[in-house]
Amino acid sequence: MSGVKLTGVRKTYPNGAEAIRGVDMDIQSGEMIVFVGPSGCGKSTLLRMVAGLEGISDGEISIGDRVINKVSPSERDVAMVFQNYALYPHMTVRGNMSYGLKNRKMPKAEIDARVEEAAKMLKIDAYLDRQPNQLSGGQRQRVAMGRAIVREPQVFLFDEPLSNLDAKLRVQMRIEIKKLQRRMNVTSIYVTHDQTEAMTLADRLAVINEGRVEQMGAPMELYTNPRTLFVASFIGAPQINLIPVQFDGTHLVNGGLSLAGFADLPRDTDLVLGVRPDTLSVDAGGQFSVRVDLVEQHGGENLIYGGVTAAKDAEGEELEICLKADKEMLPSIDDSLTLGFDPATAFVFRKDTGERLK
Amino acid sequence: MKRVQFEHSPLPYLFIAPQIIIIVIFFLWPAGQAIYQSFLLEDAFGLSSKFVWFRNYKDTIFSDAWLQAAGFTIVFSTIVTVLSLGLALLLAVKANEVLQGARTYKTLLMWAYAIAPPVAGLMGNLMFNPLVGDMYKFMNAIGFDFDHKLDPWDASFVVILISVWKQVSVNFIFFLSGLQGIPNSVIEAATMDCKSSFRRFWTITFPLLAPTTFFLMVINITYAFFDTFGIIDTTTQGAPGGATNTLVFKVYQDGFRGADIGGSSAQSVVLMLMVLALTVIQFRFIEKKVHY
Ligand SMILES: Nc1ncnc2c1ncn2[C@@H]1O[C@H](COP(=O)(O)OP(=O)(O)OP(=O)(O)O)[C@@H](O)[C@H]1O
Ligand SMILES: [Mg+2]
Repeated sequence: MSGVKLTGVRKTYPNGAEAIRGVDMDIQSGEMIVFVGPSGCGKSTLLRMVAGLEGISDGEISIGDRVINKVSPSERDVAMVFQNYALYPHMTVRGNMSYGLKNRKMPKAEIDARVEEAAKMLKIDAYLDRQPNQLSGGQRQRVAMGRAIVREPQVFLFDEPLSNLDAKLRVQMRIEIKKLQRRMNVTSIYVTHDQTEAMTLADRLAVINEGRVEQMGAPMELYTNPRTLFVASFIGAPQINLIPVQFDGTHLVNGGLSLAGFADLPRDTDLVLGVRPDTLSVDAGGQFSVRVDLVEQHGGENLIYGGVTAAKDAEGEELEICLKADKEMLPSIDDSLTLGFDPATAFVFRKDTGERLK
Repeated sequence: MKRVQFEHSPLPYLFIAPQIIIIVIFFLWPAGQAIYQSFLLEDAFGLSSKFVWFRNYKDTIFSDAWLQAAGFTIVFSTIVTVLSLGLALLLAVKANEVLQGARTYKTLLMWAYAIAPPVAGLMGNLMFNPLVGDMYKFMNAIGFDFDHKLDPWDASFVVILISVWKQVSVNFIFFLSGLQGIPNSVIEAATMDCKSSFRRFWTITFPLLAPTTFFLMVINITYAFFDTFGIIDTTTQGAPGGATNTLVFKVYQDGFRGADIGGSSAQSVVLMLMVLALTVIQFRFIEKKVHY
């Protein structure tokens, strides 16, 4: 197995769109990396550059010790699973899985052995002689996985492979992909914009924003120690509560809201306070008072949404925050709650640069 | 078993009536006439006729002129179909590599479809005119002793060239839209699975184009058999010595120029049967190989 190394990688499309603006990344052998980021941030572009489906405008990509900038996609020793599966509609499942091996002049006996083994592993051995249009979405997904597995590549590439599946199947396949990747120990890059997929699959997570890697690290590290406002707001579901504030020397202030427990912050600068919903709690001595708008019961826990009295958000509208509470906690609409939090667990960002100050 | 009976309203028949009437007047009626007349022998002045069973068939079909026309039609149709499909496919594949969504351009290309065969023929005729034709001069300039009025090969070359030229554009449009209908990701998956673009074309692209190719083949054979009439009529008119006579053109010549209604009817009935057989063969044997 080998790792993947990206050095100063850039991509400018012929129409002038700058999709990737300088990415450096060192992916270890056997590691599973997930690219997350909002739509249009360049996740797919970066993945497709590794695959060889997009040219590299600048910089260098290598797999193992081999620079692959000029190597054709079929010779890079990578296999890709596409979002819409991209199966060959005129071939059977077996044909789909063996096509890449045949073109590599592998002996027929070995092709058959690999196809059988992968098909068993993915539980599609009963459908080997069917055509893709005779399969369900989930089965097609497995065939697409199978087509990648039989190649036994150095690197697996996944571009939102689960987004066409229904919620239940998605969870199931997510677990299978993780197990498979563990077992085969193949270096993998996985693109998604699904929070949960990103958090659960990744050994390391790369949060991409406008063609740059905003932060890269273990999922929990990004959750507990985000370097920027963007990362903090992107990682974590439900989303972190963001409250525009200013520092007056002792307190963080927004309108009538005044929060103690902060020090060493710049004055007269627009700041953003980030408080995770699970670090808030109902506390009679707390600093927020909130009027309840909505209670969502998720079974094991309840999410309580409410407007902060005496504070406004950046647009001057009511400031909505979310609290994760026990399932017993069931306030009525328009109830008033007092919430507290430990300032040590909260983040403070500069509003203009997004840089984290605390 | 009890049959389910539905109450019919006459309205649907009313709706399809215009189409039915057109088919009857312009297709069934003349076809019936042709079959009927193919059994009649008229005197030279068209004043009387008598029933002669299959004599017209025997006389025309075993004549050298008919066999020559049949031979030419088969060779001509094969060459025109293969060339115009092959060329169009080649052009479409090349165009598809560079064309990404240039819709206006594609729409403009479709205009070639609007050129009627006689117009194409007239243009070709002008280009091969011994006095002013650029193509005529060009062919002679590069060393051919070119004269399509005298040489059967040259005459065949002219009608084939014009027929292919007229049809390539139509085929091109269909192939191009067929190619654009193949999902990008399938082609990309193939790129990762197979290095040789030649092999990729024959194992992925071509099979996925098969429905288009089959459709175009049927269209092109019909075109080469029938629609090229206009081209031949405006260029060689079967000359020299019937060397460029297709079966359809011969039907026309014998019937309208030669006034041999019986013989020409017999020929058209035979032609009808040939086309019928060809269509059955196409759908029976080739369509099976097409994956939709
Ligand atoms: N072929 C192309 N030509 C020009 N610009 C492109 C092309 N493909 C993508 N882009 C642009 O590059 C940027 C990144 O696109 P990319 O497909 O990588 O986004 P993404 O992160 O995968 O988004 P999504 O989550 O919606 O799939 C976008 O702004 C997009 O408009
Ligand atoms: Mg994408």
